Amino acid sequence: MVRTALDQTAIELTNIQKSFGGVKALKNVSFKINKGEVVGLLGDNGAGKSTLVRCISGIHQPDSGEIKVNNQAVNIASPLDAREVGIETVFQDLAMVPEFDISANLFLNREIKHKNPILRALGWLDTKAMDKRAKKALNRLNSRIPSYKEAIHNLSGGQRQAVAIARAVNWGADIVIMDEPTAALGVEQSAQVNELINVISSQGVAVLLISHNMQHVVETCDRAVVLYQGQSVADVSISDVSKEDLVGLITGATTQAA
Amino acid sequence: MITLTTNINSVKKFAVKREAFIYYIFLAVLVFFAILLHDTAFLSLDNFMNIVRQTAPITIMAVGLTFALAVGHIDLSIGSVVALSALVGAMLLQTTGIPIAVAGALLTGVAVGLINGVLIERLQVSSLLITLGTMGVVTGIARQISGLESVPIINSDFTAFFGAGDIFGIPSLFIWTIGIAAIAYIAMKKLAFGRHLLAVGGSPKAALAMGIKVTRIRLYALVISSAAAALAGLLYAGRLHGARYTLGEADLLTVIAAVAIGGTSLFGGRACIIGAILGSWLMGMINNGLILSGFSTNEQMIARGVILIIAVAIGVKELKNG
Repeated sequence: MVRTALDQTAIELTNIQKSFGGVKALKNVSFKINKGEVVGLLGDNGAGKSTLVRCISGIHQPDSGEIKVNNQAVNIASPLDAREVGIETVFQDLAMVPEFDISANLFLNREIKHKNPILRALGWLDTKAMDKRAKKALNRLNSRIPSYKEAIHNLSGGQRQAVAIARAVNWGADIVIMDEPTAALGVEQSAQVNELINVISSQGVAVLLISHNMQHVVETCDRAVVLYQGQSVADVSISDVSKEDLVGLITGATTQAA
Repeated sequence: MITLTTNINSVKKFAVKREAFIYYIFLAVLVFFAILLHDTAFLSLDNFMNIVRQTAPITIMAVGLTFALAVGHIDLSIGSVVALSALVGAMLLQTTGIPIAVAGALLTGVAVGLINGVLIERLQVSSLLITLGTMGVVTGIARQISGLESVPIINSDFTAFFGAGDIFGIPSLFIWTIGIAAIAYIAMKKLAFGRHLLAVGGSPKAALAMGIKVTRIRLYALVISSAAAALAGLLYAGRLHGARYTLGEADLLTVIAAVAIGGTSLFGGRACIIGAILGSWLMGMINNGLILSGFSTNEQMIARGVILIIAVAIGVKELKNG
């Protein structure tokens, strides 16, 4: 597996805390992801995975703690802010319009406008330019998608996932968060998504992968961060642990040997 | 891979069929009446210009309603807006000039659209119920301010420009129809605005996640629908040289049938401007044909209802298959 610039930090979280009312959802969570690294975020339901992802993608604000992107402290107050610092989230429902073709979905609300300044002011679309870039974005992922003109509802689950990943990468994301990308997929399509994750990480993108599927984590991730009751209980290299170890950490049956 | 390809092809074929449906039915009805009415003037250019002119307010309402349907809303208040805006325009014309009267009428439409939109978003109640309510309120206001009397229009510039006359030798109603149709087509097909409308109707969650201002887009759609109805009111007033509270009251069913049969989804996410126009002309042609065949107004109403049911049945069937 080819990895690039593994020693450069893409994103670093330090002592992230978040409470809802009296419930402490996140307690001093810290970890970092290097460029080109795939990190699995594991944990049982209610362990704080979703809350953490929402803090990174701008939906929630952490109560305290620091997020650094490319070694610079950032304030992520909204999903738009997250995008601006190079964080893209691939949502579980993929956030795509089924009736639209791939090209239209890739550029949803970030449409390329016509070059003519008057038409541009009206919001006139430059469909050709978007199609051209859509084609490029899909080629970059070597994905097996028939055409950028295909409507999303004609695609398989794996192909849809590929389009969602292409959209994230197309926007120049340095950090891509994926929420259960293979949850609804069969074996072969999961394998295709794994392949895609490898492709984008080899291009230097840092990936945070939320997953329940241990097999998937073991196959794609370099490291795993395990949350248990809002705390980070393990930050381990995948090559050092077995699936059983990970399950133990997730359920709280074992604690990491320091 | 092979099964996937065949699936895509069959879905594509179906979509093509649905989009093209209006063309087939338009042609079928045309041929039907042409044969049935071969000894009348049905199949003449004059008669077709007549149909286009007579249908102009319906066409413009259908185009406007297409915007509301695109975001997943229905607007039942359009018929009542026709009456109120026509009355407001006609009453203002008695004391002021054309610009103020036209602005007043159009602003009436915009105001009703805004009220519809704000109530739907604030109360989180379906557009069906809210616009049913505003339909009643607006109809009541139209009856109240007119005292159930007709308001005549004697300003001949107004009547020439909005309905009765010609502009450069072309019937003004024809120009209005083509002009509004062109603007609507561009807005829906060529501009980011149309794409956002359809995204909001097709998948509100996706639109929101991608940062589209969903609430605002829905509001715009309802304002467009209502403003189009206000323009239709002015066209009626121009053609009839006056306004009356009954204007537009029988149009709602015709407009919905026209839009639905034209290929626009009644559930949001798919809009077809050309289909809406052809649909409205189809309804006009059927009316025209039924009149020439000697059917009564009541029988025409029955025919419209049947057509709406057919159009909706096709739409629902497609929703299940899609």
